[in-house]
Amino acid sequence: MASMYEMGDYQTAQTLETFGFLPQMSQDEIHEQIAYVLAQGWTPAIEHEHPSRAMSDYWTMWKLPFFGETDLANVIRELEACHRAYPDHHVRLIGYDNYTQSQGLAFVVFEGRG
Amino acid sequence: MSANYQAGVKEYREMYWTPDYVPLDTDLLACFKCTGQPGVPREEVAAAVAAESSTGTWSTVWSELLTDLEYYKGRAYRIEDVPGDSESFYAFIAYPIDLFEEGSITNVLTSLVGNVFGFKALKHLRLEDIRFPIAYIKTCMGPPSGIQVERDKLNKYGRPLLGCTIKPKLGLSAKNYGRAVYECLRGGLDLTKDDENVNSQPFMRWRDRFEFVGEAIQKAEQETGERKGHYLNVTAPDPEQMYERAEFAKEVGCPIIMHDFLTGGFTANTGLANWCRKNGMLLHIHRAMHAVIDRHPKHGIHFRVLAKCLRLSGGDHLHAGTVVGKLEGDRASTLGFVDQLREAFVPEDRSRGVFFDQDWGSLPGVFAVASGGIHVWHMPALVTIFGDDSCLQFGGGTQGHPWGNAAGAAANRVALEACVKARNQGREVEKEARDILTEAAAKSPELAMAMETWKEIKFEFETVDKLDVA
Repeated sequence: MASMYEMGDYQTAQTLETFGFLPQMSQDEIHEQIAYVLAQGWTPAIEHEHPSRAMSDYWTMWKLPFFGETDLANVIRELEACHRAYPDHHVRLIGYDNYTQSQGLAFVVFEGRG
Repeated sequence: MSANYQAGVKEYREMYWTPDYVPLDTDLLACFKCTGQPGVPREEVAAAVAAESSTGTWSTVWSELLTDLEYYKGRAYRIEDVPGDSESFYAFIAYPIDLFEEGSITNVLTSLVGNVFGFKALKHLRLEDIRFPIAYIKTCMGPPSGIQVERDKLNKYGRPLLGCTIKPKLGLSAKNYGRAVYECLRGGLDLTKDDENVNSQPFMRWRDRFEFVGEAIQKAEQETGERKGHYLNVTAPDPEQMYERAEFAKEVGCPIIMHDFLTGGFTANTGLANWCRKNGMLLHIHRAMHAVIDRHPKHGIHFRVLAKCLRLSGGDHLHAGTVVGKLEGDRASTLGFVDQLREAFVPEDRSRGVFFDQDWGSLPGVFAVASGGIHVWHMPALVTIFGDDSCLQFGGGTQGHPWGNAAGAAANRVALEACVKARNQGREVEKEARDILTEAAAKSPELAMAMETWKEIKFEFETVDKLDVA
């Protein structure tokens, strides 16, 4: 066992809920998560917000949720368009589950520089 | 034409054994595992249980003839063998809905598991399952918020919630206790919890605890940018003090309170659930004393019944065992009652110990809480067994981390998210557990240290209460 002077000092981090504790995902890994959302039959949706307002319940929607979308490429294209339009905002992907009336998944894809 | 009155003792089965009866949709159905005294016929035992848990008593009384007992009586309508057990049998009993006060779990249990459990003609008796008719369910308000609302309030999606019980269970001062809470929350837990026996003892009075914990939550939220909470235990000597504590928990900005539903009782629990609904507070339910009632395979009440009763009485979280940790719990049986907490409809499934179809109507779902002797190596199994609508609580498994609570919390959060990510990628999380955790630990020294600390700890004992299978 390490002595008490060798232990790590845990520094509090600003995190963004689900997947906030994992290292930045690669593009392929992000695509796999979006593919999971689509495979569940959930509706993909995109939201963005300035980091200073990240704790509010409502982030600004990017267009409307993409009802009936099954093509991964279309979702990625919209995520990138949102990120280009708001480079200093967080951009998150949501999978709306209309059966549970909840979000089956929500995670931040692009972190704003704030 | 009414019957003549004949004083005396009739055999129960003349009136209460009705094998031709077809249960009504509005009947409350119960399945009892009966073990009679030697020589008493099964039909007589089943009929006695039906009688004593409904309208009957041991002797005929004249005033029975003033009412229509054919309408009010409970009926034993089916008997089945218990697989692998020649001594016991299942008795199925139908109770007319008018035997029960609306919205009163207390009343249902007082009838069904009242005097009858001490009945001399029985060696043992166990209430295995209840089918609540949808008509009765509609008289109960159930969980104050439910899974969907809680997720929205706490902003947690696509993964189980992560929590821990603050240790040591007893003896910390309020300020030191709040420190332990703050460290866990800043490290990445969503929720922390009072231990069940933390109420308001001389070493830490409730008001002091609530104040310091309130500050811990606010600070952790500001620093992490995530929503946090701590289950402030408001279980108290009397309902008045319980409400007083609940009000103060709300005042210090805590989103959730906690109650022990079996030691506190169903009446107190339903009252507190009503208060939570009125005040927009979440309600965490602990289950101290349950193993006294539910662990013996032939006597008592199965936990699936207690879980159903809690969903009706009201609670947003309920402890459901861990399957893999230090406390009793068979996997199939646990999945059986976890379904009862969360689903809108649960079909009969004897392989999970579910004896009836159960329609929950629009009653909100309850988060299943897995807590007790679990650590980071259990994470892949827990995510697989319990799925997203659960709260995984690592007490010793967080605070026992060599670097402290915050590092322990971060280790668990990293492990949880790594498992969820892998599951979503289509990987078999339980089978690939070691690989998934090892990959995640490469980027997280906290997780690597946790894996090293708990690598040898297992709790492999046979389950005492097994499902009845041949």
